[in-house]
Amino acid sequence: MIEQTIFYILAAVALAGTLLAITEKHPVHAIMYLVTSLFSMAVIFYLLMAPLVAVFEVILYAGAIMVLFLFVIMMLDLGHPEKGISPHWKEWLPALLLSGISITSLAAIIVSRHATVSVCPAAQPIREVARRLFQEHGMAVELVSLQLLFALVGALYLGKAPSPPTTLPEKEVVKSPGEGVTL
Amino acid sequence: MENLNSYLIVSAILFAIGTIGVLTRKNVIVMFMCIELMLNAVNLTFVAFSRHLGNLDGQVFVFFIMTVAAAEAAVGLALIIAFFNNKESIDVEDVNLMKW
Repeated sequence: MIEQTIFYILAAVALAGTLLAITEKHPVHAIMYLVTSLFSMAVIFYLLMAPLVAVFEVILYAGAIMVLFLFVIMMLDLGHPEKGISPHWKEWLPALLLSGISITSLAAIIVSRHATVSVCPAAQPIREVARRLFQEHGMAVELVSLQLLFALVGALYLGKAPSPPTTLPEKEVVKSPGEGVTL
Repeated sequence: MENLNSYLIVSAILFAIGTIGVLTRKNVIVMFMCIELMLNAVNLTFVAFSRHLGNLDGQVFVFFIMTVAAAEAAVGLALIIAFFNNKESIDVEDVNLMKW
C-alpha cells in the first residue's frame, strides 16, 4: 500500500529533522530543521484525512510561530553569523533533501488519491470540522480568543521600554498652555 | 485503522525527543522550540485517534492546542526579550536571580 510506505518515509523525515534540530548548535539551523520536520508532519496530517489541520500546521506552526522565533533570534543577534561567508552548497543539501522528500510524498499522495478518487471516504471533512468547532464548541472558541487577548496584552506589557520616564518635567506642562493661547 | 500503533509510536518518539531537548539544551529559545515540538507530537496523537475512532473532536482539540502554542510563544518570547535586555544573554545558566 502506497500510503503506508509514504507514512514511514515521512515519519523518518520528521524524526530525522527533529533530532537534527535538537542537536544543532546554531539556533537558526535548528529552526530550519524543525520547519522541515513540521512540513512532513503536515503531510502526515493530510494522510490522516485532516486537511484543515495540515494547512494550519503549515500556516500557524511553520509560518507564524517559527518565523516569530527566527525574528527574535535575528533581532537579538543571537546566532553566530560568520559574516561575509555565503552558505556553501553542502549546507543546503540536508534541508533540500528532507524537504524534497516531503514534497514528493505530498505529490505522490495527491496523484494516488486522484487515481482512486471513488474510494475517498470522507467527502467534505472541512465542513464537518467547522460545524463541530463552531456549533458544539462555540464557548471554547470564545475562551480561546480571550486567551489570545490575554497573551497579546501580556506580550505588550513585557515588551515595553525598559526604563519609562517616571518623573515628568514640569516646565513643559507650564509651557504648553501658553502655546495654545497664542494659537 | 490497522496502523494506529505506528502513529502513536512516532508521536511518542517526537515527544521524547522534545523532552530530551528541553532537558539538555542551554539556549532558552531552543528549549522553547522543544516545547512547541512536544505540543506538536500531542497534535499527532489527537489526529490519529480522531481518525481511528471516526470522531472529529480530536481535530477540534488540535486547533485549541495550536492556539495555546501561539499564545505561549508570544508571551515566552516577550519574556526572553525582557530577560535579554537585562542580562545580555539567553543562557539558562544566567537565570539565577531567584537562587539563594
